[in-house]
Amino acid sequence: MATQTVDATAGHVSPIALEESGRCIDSHGGAIGLPQLCPEWMANQIFWLIVALVVIFYVLSRIALPRIAAILAERQGTITNDLAAAEDLKVKARKAEAAYDKALADARRDAQAIVAQTKLDIKADLDEAMAHADAEIAAKAAEGEKAIGEIRAGALDAVKDVAKDAAREIVAAMGSHAEPATVDAAVASQMKG
Amino acid sequence: MATDVNGAAEQSGGLVFHPMDQFIIKPLFGEGGVGIFTVTNITFWMAITVLATIALLVLGSSRRSTIPGRVQSIAELAYGFIRKMVEDVAGRDALPYFPYIMTIFMFVVMANFVGLLPGAFTSTSHIGVTAVLALLVFFSVTIIGFVKHGAGFLGLFWINAAPLPLRPILALIEVISYFVRPVSHSIRLAGNMMAGHAVMKVFAAFAPMIILSTGLGLIVTPLSILAIAAIYALEILVAFIQAYVFTILTCVYLKDALHPAH
Repeated sequence: MATQTVDATAGHVSPIALEESGRCIDSHGGAIGLPQLCPEWMANQIFWLIVALVVIFYVLSRIALPRIAAILAERQGTITNDLAAAEDLKVKARKAEAAYDKALADARRDAQAIVAQTKLDIKADLDEAMAHADAEIAAKAAEGEKAIGEIRAGALDAVKDVAKDAAREIVAAMGSHAEPATVDAAVASQMKG
Repeated sequence: MATDVNGAAEQSGGLVFHPMDQFIIKPLFGEGGVGIFTVTNITFWMAITVLATIALLVLGSSRRSTIPGRVQSIAELAYGFIRKMVEDVAGRDALPYFPYIMTIFMFVVMANFVGLLPGAFTSTSHIGVTAVLALLVFFSVTIIGFVKHGAGFLGLFWINAAPLPLRPILALIEVISYFVRPVSHSIRLAGNMMAGHAVMKVFAAFAPMIILSTGLGLIVTPLSILAIAAIYALEILVAFIQAYVFTILTCVYLKDALHPAH
């Protein structure tokens, strides 16, 4: 192909011939064939590869890998510890909750007992007060009844007196004379009738 | 191939295709050949890879915080990801090899991602690099297998579940597939990385079309830029997936070494 033109214009041997003669670069600094297959460069690549690998292996096995392993182990440890601590705290919280519930239930029960006791006390006081009041009321009523009886009796007597007096006066006014006792008896019999 | 066109295209002032030039290894300082100890661009980008790994895993975890920051989260994620992979795929008794597998994963994944920086060099696109990685896995797995089980490791190739006449044939197939492993293991990674980067370069070469011809460029230039963006997104995915595949295959091979019985 173009090989011929190159040879003609640049005036040097064909790349194929160069490659066969063990050269890997043409006069323009371009690659001839695959640079990967150039035998001249192999030893250099291999030498520096071994150097690079040895350095990486040394650094990794001495520094990097143990350090990263330590970091990971430490993190695992921290996580495990934290989880254990969290579990502990959870148990504690559960205990605290139980204690709180118990205290609440106790308080409620106590309160109910106190309420019941107070109710009983109040009822007793109330009953006592009621009884007392009833008794007082009864006494007052009895007194009142007695007073009313007295007043009623007094009124009847007064009516009798008035009637007797009036009868006497009427008899006297009519000009007849009569014994007061007779008049009283007549009035009394009349009032009964 | 595209390289054949290079010279001609440059001379005629046309589009310039150098999709493979990004893979050239050149000395970082001065000119000259590439010897075994020459400091090259591959040295530089592997150093970046190593530094990125250290930045992520060492500096990222330096605060040792119980509640991780962003970088530390990623470091822990990578650690947990590979550790779980080793444990799930290769079993608990493979955990001693975890730093080794983590090294391979971190190198491959970091090299893949560092290589995606514009202008960067992707060391994992070189078959020489991935072949060494794959051969390291192959040899260490084979050695572990023989050390742990002795000759019993050969039971990996002798499938007791199969009918007796079939077993020698299956054993032959198993042996071949066992030795093909490092080849597929390395070419899969290098091929994926190379192909993606080369395709991006090809699309990039089409992008300046608008300078050459306005009419054609109005269609080709936006399309190629769109294509570069799409391929780049795909490459980000591939960068991770290939590192993942390379690592999980390492774990699978390690499992065979630790538990050779089928």
